[in-house]
Amino acid sequence: MAKKQHDTPNLDQLESGPWPSFVTGLKRLAKDKDGMTDLLGHLEHSYQTRKGYWKGGTVGVFGYGGGVIPRFTEIKDDKEQPVFKDAAEFHTLRIMPPAGMHYNTDILRKFCDIWDKHGSGLIAFHGQSGDIMFQGCTTENVQKAFDEINELGFDLGGAGPAVRTSMACVGHARCEQSCYDEGKGLRTIVNAFLDDIHRPALPYKFKFKFSGCPNDCMNSIQRSDMAIIGTWRDNIQTDEALAKKWFAKHGMNELVNDVVGMCPTRAIQLKEIKAVSKDAAVSSVAVNDTQALEINNKDCVRCMHCINVMTGALAPGKDRGATILVGGKRTLKIGDLMGTVVVPFMKLKTDEDYEALLDLAKRTVDFFAENALEHERTGEMIERIGLVNFLEGIEVEVDPSMISNPRTNPYVRMDDWDEEVARVKAKQAAA
Amino acid sequence: MSQPQLRKPVECGVPDHMQYLHPTLRKNYGNWKYHDRPRPGVLHHVSHSGEEVWSVRAGTQRQMDVYTIRKLCDIADKYAEGHVRFTIRSNIEFMVADEKKVAPLIAELEKSGFPVGGTGNSVSMIAHTQGWLHCDIPGTDASGVVKSLMDELYEEFIHEEMPNRVRLSTSCCEINCGGQADLAIVIQHTKPPKINHDLVANVCERPSVVARCPVAAIRPAMVNGKPSLEVDEKKCVCCGACFPPCPPMQINDPEHSKLAIWVGGKNSNARIKPQFMKMVAAGLPNNAPRWPEVAAVVKKILRVYKEDARPWERMADWIERIGWPRFFEKTGLPFTKYLIDDWRGSRSNLNASTHIRF
Repeated sequence: MAKKQHDTPNLDQLESGPWPSFVTGLKRLAKDKDGMTDLLGHLEHSYQTRKGYWKGGTVGVFGYGGGVIPRFTEIKDDKEQPVFKDAAEFHTLRIMPPAGMHYNTDILRKFCDIWDKHGSGLIAFHGQSGDIMFQGCTTENVQKAFDEINELGFDLGGAGPAVRTSMACVGHARCEQSCYDEGKGLRTIVNAFLDDIHRPALPYKFKFKFSGCPNDCMNSIQRSDMAIIGTWRDNIQTDEALAKKWFAKHGMNELVNDVVGMCPTRAIQLKEIKAVSKDAAVSSVAVNDTQALEINNKDCVRCMHCINVMTGALAPGKDRGATILVGGKRTLKIGDLMGTVVVPFMKLKTDEDYEALLDLAKRTVDFFAENALEHERTGEMIERIGLVNFLEGIEVEVDPSMISNPRTNPYVRMDDWDEEVARVKAKQAAA
Repeated sequence: MSQPQLRKPVECGVPDHMQYLHPTLRKNYGNWKYHDRPRPGVLHHVSHSGEEVWSVRAGTQRQMDVYTIRKLCDIADKYAEGHVRFTIRSNIEFMVADEKKVAPLIAELEKSGFPVGGTGNSVSMIAHTQGWLHCDIPGTDASGVVKSLMDELYEEFIHEEMPNRVRLSTSCCEINCGGQADLAIVIQHTKPPKINHDLVANVCERPSVVARCPVAAIRPAMVNGKPSLEVDEKKCVCCGACFPPCPPMQINDPEHSKLAIWVGGKNSNARIKPQFMKMVAAGLPNNAPRWPEVAAVVKKILRVYKEDARPWERMADWIERIGWPRFFEKTGLPFTKYLIDDWRGSRSNLNASTHIRF
C-alpha cells in the first residue's frame, strides 16, 4: 500500500557514520506512512535548493489560543497544488514536559501509540524551550491527538506572545548541588500562569527557567526573562573524609592549580591546620595530616568552581534559596542581554517561600504586560525605562548586589538625594 | 447544521514529576551527597542515606521516530526499572540502583547504535533547532548539521579528554534558538532581503515590520502602484528580523546565507562570570548535506583548545588567559575588521588598557 519513496540522494548521505541518524528514523516511518514519504521528499528538496519551504498559519485546539505550531508546505506546482501533498500539513504540538524531563516507559509508549495513530510518528525530546515536540500532524488530527495526550495529564505549552514552557534541571532528583526544589518552583509558577500560556496576550514572550545552583545547567541567565538560580547564604559545607580521599587521588599540584588558584575572588587559601582562622565566616577542611583549605565565605561569590572540582568534600551551605535575575535574551533587537539581579537572595524552603516567589513572578509579568511595547522583551523594557523604574514597578528595593559598579557619569537629576538618604537610613534602622 | 461537540481541554499544566522519577531518585529527593564518574557516560551519585544510583547517558538523534523511542523503552524496561530522563541536550539517561547492571546496559545501548558518553569533560550533543525539517524561516538545516558534526566529534563524545566540558549549539537563523555555547554555528546572511512587492500589502502588517528593524532601514513605499516596503540596503545589516513578520521579504539565499562560528559562550557562574559568545569566523558555505567546511573550522578550534587549555578552563576561561591575538594565531583564523563590534555598547568590547600580550 505504501507509496513509492522519493529519491533522496542528499539525505541518504546522512545515514552513514556512528551518530544515530534521524534520516534512518524518517525512512522507517515512511514505510507505512505516506506523509513521511512526502516529508522526506520535501526535506530533500530543501537540501537540493538550500531553502526552507514551510509557512505558518492558524491551527489550534478548542479552548486554547496557542501551543500548536502550524506548518503548510510552500512547494507548489503550476496549478498551486502541493507537490508533496501527503506532507502538505505538518503541524507541531508543543507539550510541556515534567520538571527535570523524567519519564517512565509506560507514558513514553502511550505517547508513541497516540502519535503513531494521529501523527507522523516523529517526536523530538525536547525543543529549545523544553517542550516535547510532537512533529507532523494534519489540521484534522491536531484536536484528536491533543485530546488523547491531554487525557494522560499533559498540557499544551506556550507559543507566540505568551508565557512559555519552562525547564528545570535534574536538581533535587539527583544532584547534590541543588539549592531548592526546582520542580516545585517550576510547577508553583508555571501552573499559576496557564491562562497566559494558553491564551497569548502579552507584549511578547516571557520565559521562566529554574536552575538549582549557579552552574545554571538550564542556561537561565542568558535565555530567560526570569531566572531562578539556586544559591546559599551561609558557609560552604565540608567533609574531611571526602577531602582527604580527593587529595590522595589528585595531589598538591592539582589542589593548588585547579582549586586554590582558580577561585575568582581569592577566597580560598592553603594553610597549616593549626593556622586556620577560627572566624565564624570561615569554612575549613583538612586535606592531609598537616594542611587544610581555608575558605573565607564573606569573599566567596558562590561561583561553584571549587565545589565542582571537589564534589562532596565541599558543598553548598545549609541556608539555601535562590538568586532571581530578570531580563535575559538573545540579540533581537537591541543586542544580547544577560539577566541581571533583582533579588540577591530569596529563601526557598517553606510553601510560603514559594508563594513569595510566585508573587514576585506575578508582579513582574503584570508590569511587563502593562509597560512593554509590542514585541519588546522584559530586558529591553528595563533597558528603555531603567532598572530603578522597573524595581519601583515590581515593588523591590534597590541593593548593591544588583550592580557591577555604581554609575560612572553625572547625568542624573538628584534633587531628592537627602530625602532618599533619610529613607534608606530609616529603613536600615528599622531592620 | 450542528457542529460536533468539541472536547474542552483539561487545563492541567505541568504534570507532577514525582510520579515519573526512578524509585531511588524519588526516595532520595533533595538528599544527595556527592557524585563521581566511574567512566565516560556514567555518573555515580551517593545519597546521604547511603543509597547509590548509576546514570548511564547516551546520545540520541533528538528527532526520534516511535521505533527508536520504543527501542529505548525496551532497554529501560530490561535494565533500568522502566525509567529514563532526558538532558537539556537531548541525551537520554538510564538510572540503575544496581552497579552490576551498568556494563550490560552500556553494551545493549552501544549494540543498538546509541553512543554512551556526553558526561564530564566531553563534547556533548549539540543543542539545536528545527531547520528545513520544520521551521518557517530557516537558513539551513539543523538535524543534518548536527548529525554531520556529531559523526566527526563522536570520539570526543564517548571520551572525557577535553580540558573542561564543551557545549555546542547550531542555529539556522540569527535569532539563534540554539543558544549560547562554548562553540556555536549560526547562519549569517550577507545580502539584504529580496522583496516580492506583489505580496507585501496582503501578507504583512507594514508598521510592525518597520518597527522590527534594528537599524531603521525599512520604510513604507509604493512600488508598481502597490503599497509595499523598501529597504535602505546601505543601512541593512541583513539580520533577517523582517522576514518572520513579512515572509515576502525573503532573507534566505542558497549562496549568500553563510555560516559563522562563535566561541566562548558560557552560562555557568563557575570561575569567570557568565559570558556571551563572540564571532570568530564567518563566510562558510551552507554546504549540505555534510557541511565539511564548517566541520573543519569546528574541529580545528576544538583541537587547539584541547591541546592548549589547562584543566578546568572552559573555552572562555582559556581565551581570557591566552588573549584574543593568540587565539587567532593558534587557530589560524583570520582576524578581520568585521569582528570588531560597532553595535550598541560596543566600546566595552574594545581594549581600554595597555594589557597586551606580546
